Amino acid sequence: MTDITASAPVVGRSLWADALARLKANRAAMFSLFYLTLMALVCVFGPNFTPHAYTTIYPDYVRTQPSLSAYPKSEMIETALQDVVRRMRADLEDWHEQDERVFVTISSPKTIDERVTRYLDRSDTFDNARIESKSPDGLKLTMSATVKKQYFFFGTDNTGRDLLTRTLMAGRVSLSIGLLAGCVAVAIGVLYGATAGFLGGKTDEVMMRIVDVLYSLPFIFFVIMLVVFFGRNFVLMFLAVGAVLWLDMARIVRGQALSIRRQEYVQAAEALGVGSGGILRRHIVPNLLGPVVIYMTLLVPQVIILESFLSFLGLGVQEPMTSWGVLISQGAKNIGSANWLLLFPAFFLVSTLFALNFVGDGLRDALDPKDR
Amino acid sequence: MLRYVFRRLLTAIPTLFVIVTISFFLIRVAPGGPFNQERGLNPFIKANLNRQFGLDEPLWMQYLNYLNNLLHGNFGPSYNLPDFTVTELFKVGLPVSIQVGISALILALIIGGILGIVAALRQNKAADYAVIATATAGSTIPTFVIAPIYQLTFATTLALVPVATWGNGALLNKIGPIVTLALPQIAIVARLMRGSMIEALRSHHIRTARALGLSDWSIIVKHALRGALLPIVSYAGPAAAALLTGSIIVETIFQIPGVGRYFVEAPLSRDYALVMGSVVVIALFTIVFNLIVDILYAVVDPRVRYD
Repeated sequence: MTDITASAPVVGRSLWADALARLKANRAAMFSLFYLTLMALVCVFGPNFTPHAYTTIYPDYVRTQPSLSAYPKSEMIETALQDVVRRMRADLEDWHEQDERVFVTISSPKTIDERVTRYLDRSDTFDNARIESKSPDGLKLTMSATVKKQYFFFGTDNTGRDLLTRTLMAGRVSLSIGLLAGCVAVAIGVLYGATAGFLGGKTDEVMMRIVDVLYSLPFIFFVIMLVVFFGRNFVLMFLAVGAVLWLDMARIVRGQALSIRRQEYVQAAEALGVGSGGILRRHIVPNLLGPVVIYMTLLVPQVIILESFLSFLGLGVQEPMTSWGVLISQGAKNIGSANWLLLFPAFFLVSTLFALNFVGDGLRDALDPKDR
Repeated sequence: MLRYVFRRLLTAIPTLFVIVTISFFLIRVAPGGPFNQERGLNPFIKANLNRQFGLDEPLWMQYLNYLNNLLHGNFGPSYNLPDFTVTELFKVGLPVSIQVGISALILALIIGGILGIVAALRQNKAADYAVIATATAGSTIPTFVIAPIYQLTFATTLALVPVATWGNGALLNKIGPIVTLALPQIAIVARLMRGSMIEALRSHHIRTARALGLSDWSIIVKHALRGALLPIVSYAGPAAAALLTGSIIVETIFQIPGVGRYFVEAPLSRDYALVMGSVVVIALFTIVFNLIVDILYAVVDPRVRYD
């Protein structure tokens, strides 16, 4: 007779641990998840670290090409100087660069006021202007100023705002709207569907008939009517958009609720005397959560597309606030002259949508392995 | 069959009636009116305008009038595009939208169908993955990104086609709108086709056909395709209704004089008659195409009969 050695009790793997393991094995989904996290972090914190505010306008840098090196480029200094000197009502005599300062000599038929240096300070290109020397008759003046180094990695838009900051800001808006409206849709859908599914009978029939009627209305017409009713207030708008997209969720949850209620393990739990609260908590909610989580990840890109679509038409987010849809619509209007206005925001939007779809697919495979 | 079609058309009347009623009151409840936009419009002029368009009568009276006009095929005048009746606007715009929509649909069915069949025949091989990847891209990238990128590549960079405008329907002008409209549909059709084809190829009658030694071509085209077409047919109905009534995005980007923009512009400017016209047109298209789908079902699947 051998001794039974006391081993540690076998720990069962829960549904969620199992799903997590499957999700971790899915490379595309994990990479997308990482990418999304990065995108969210960059969009949320990025605008605080970029050198420009998303509303700052640089009149000297309208539609500047994206560049990794600093602006102004050497050939731009002369143009900027000519512009400034014209404002001084004087003529540009000579200029040269020395020790990171620009020395400018101007002349004028009339005496030059020393306060003209402020024209240099006022420009986006120069800073810290001071008088170096002045001819005795006051008709000639030499000034020096530092050149302001500015970076526009994504270029600037039509009004001279930094596109990098605006793209990140737009991401902040688009992502948060996606999440917000997604949550609204899921909340309404789950509550509605669960109520219909659990109450059953006549209530269920009436509630689902209402869903059918809403389904048959043309979607765009419905959304435009929401714009008509709520105006162009974007928080309200996206609560409304969330309120339109709950229909699928309600159907899914109702179907699940109906089928779970009839499952043998629920009947077994009932026979064992588990209260309805316990059944709800231990059996029904965990089984509902899978489809809800999957649907939520697929819903967020839908909302982002819908928001971009509305913003594209000028019905969504309003200036100076921005979203990817707004930026893309501006880019689409300037493809001939400034294609970066389209390409950067479009890349951000499309890559995010891709990542969200991959995460959604990965979650579906992880939570519902029989569907693979 | 004729009796079935007739019965279906009869049952469409109450549906249409409900849709018209809901939209009529929905747009009337919305704040604002067609003549509110112009700032400081003289109240007398506004009253006159309202009288001229019959907007001063009680709402139920207007509703009955509208129904009466609708029965006589009169959609009324547009409020914000004066001098034009709604019928005239649709007479001009609808052919454009239908042309673009039908071409996009046919393109999507042919290309998407072929891609789907190829993917199904090469399941889990490189070709299959390529099709799936294309389909994912096609359904993920929104139209308002595809359209400007098309313009950027083919119009401004390569200068092969005009950037926008209709140009009286010249072929080169039509390529852009048709392709951008078709791309997402190609993706969906390819995916549907792949799924249903895989299922059809696994079914018993295909195995029997193979056992009988039929050629691959005849198995796929004559036997498998027939069963695999059903999901495509039921998808194509609503898709056709949506495509043929125009797309605001494509019409805005390519500056095409279609009717898609009315669905957005009319409610925003409270052009009541145009809103109602758009709703009726969409509803009619949806009803007709659903009917066509049901008839096609009987053609494709001999088990379905409508006697």
